[in-house]
Amino acid sequence: MIALLQRDLLLAVRAGGGFGLGVAFFLIVVVLVPLGIGPDMVILSKVSVGVLWVGALLACVLSLDRIFSLDYDDGTLELLLTSPIPLEAVVTIKAFSHWITTGLPLVVVSPILGLLLGLQVSDLKWVVISLLIGTPALSAIGAFGASLTVGIRRGGLLLSLLVLPLYVPTLIFGANVANKGLEDVSNNGPLLILTAVTLAAFSILPFASAFVLRINLR
Amino acid sequence: MSLWEYANPVKFLKLSDKVLPFFVGFSIIGLSIGLFWGFFFTPDDYRQGSTVKIIYLHVPSALMAINAWFMMLVASLIWLVRRHHVSALAAKAAAPVGVTMTMVALVTGALWGQPMWGTWWAWDPRLTSFLVLFLFYLGYIALWSAIDNPDTAADLTSMLCIVGSVFAILSRYAVNFWNQGLHQGASLSLDKEKNVADVFYQPLLFSIFGFVFLFLTLVLIGTRTEIRLRRTEALRLRKDSE
Repeated sequence: MIALLQRDLLLAVRAGGGFGLGVAFFLIVVVLVPLGIGPDMVILSKVSVGVLWVGALLACVLSLDRIFSLDYDDGTLELLLTSPIPLEAVVTIKAFSHWITTGLPLVVVSPILGLLLGLQVSDLKWVVISLLIGTPALSAIGAFGASLTVGIRRGGLLLSLLVLPLYVPTLIFGANVANKGLEDVSNNGPLLILTAVTLAAFSILPFASAFVLRINLR
Repeated sequence: MSLWEYANPVKFLKLSDKVLPFFVGFSIIGLSIGLFWGFFFTPDDYRQGSTVKIIYLHVPSALMAINAWFMMLVASLIWLVRRHHVSALAAKAAAPVGVTMTMVALVTGALWGQPMWGTWWAWDPRLTSFLVLFLFYLGYIALWSAIDNPDTAADLTSMLCIVGSVFAILSRYAVNFWNQGLHQGASLSLDKEKNVADVFYQPLLFSIFGFVFLFLTLVLIGTRTEIRLRRTEALRLRKDSE
């Protein structure tokens, strides 16, 4: 299992594309928003959490088809299906490696981009925490969407149509954690629910994804 | 004699042949009584004026939009557990009807909201969760149409429907949490003594009755069409292979 994780990470880093692209996309979204809204820092700081979260969501969706499609095309996925590791574990590892290669970099750069959007240094903490807890859920849910569309040629748009509605609760609770944190209101409630969403997504959804993958590999 | 016998397409077609005229009749009767009574023979509300009459379209369509998804969920579960093709096809046939009902509920709601709340749209929990439901329907229909193999498509969409249901419910509670609403509470619920004033309530019941049978009629027709499509496809394939 660790070997599989290492392989996926190495492929993501060395095969080019995936690793940096998500972060670059995230940066572009954050640069484009002030161009559209105007340079007023007060307004920007109000929408900053939403922009960061929606940007992270979109950056995540864009890289989702990488989770399975390459392995599906060259037959690796079929070998993994026959390997002693259960497919559920394979899915979990792939979702986890997707998080390390896209979610984690987004979390790391989010404080810098938060500054660009007019957040105070003391407020950055909550943005980072909410993204750190919330983005794994995005990868796990995304892996389900990716396994649904793995057999479909040019399934990119369909994938985003399927996955984005599933992201609604994570987005709401994640942005709520950060916004309440900024306003110095107690955000214990949404924080706990966000954690629950992530844990549940990682523990239950791989079963659904593996079920769907088996159908697609029939 | 069990209910599962009707999972056989031939028996299903026979039975639906028999009941379909009744369903059509019930929906015409319910809709015409409900809508005519509602539109022309009820008084204007003392605050809302004649806009209150939108209720005869808005409430039943919203009700059916949710129940259609629920029916798809049940049909998907039956397909996954018992592999009855009719069940999968019924779920497929229900989706376009459900999305239309959602659309009707959203549009009539906007038309009602404009004079009453002064706005076509508000990011109210009920409105937002309906919009999310609409997106779920679109994704479901898109997935059906994207996959060629009918069995694979049925399996994948069933799973999407199940996972989607969980997330739809979660979204419903999430949006409640996210914003306090402008929308009134439930118009109808079984555990309340008094719902809507009687003059409006009685035609509304007819209208709901009509909508339920309209939904059943459309789903039955859709399922029958899908079964026949499947048959022609099988015949064509057999002819090609000869």
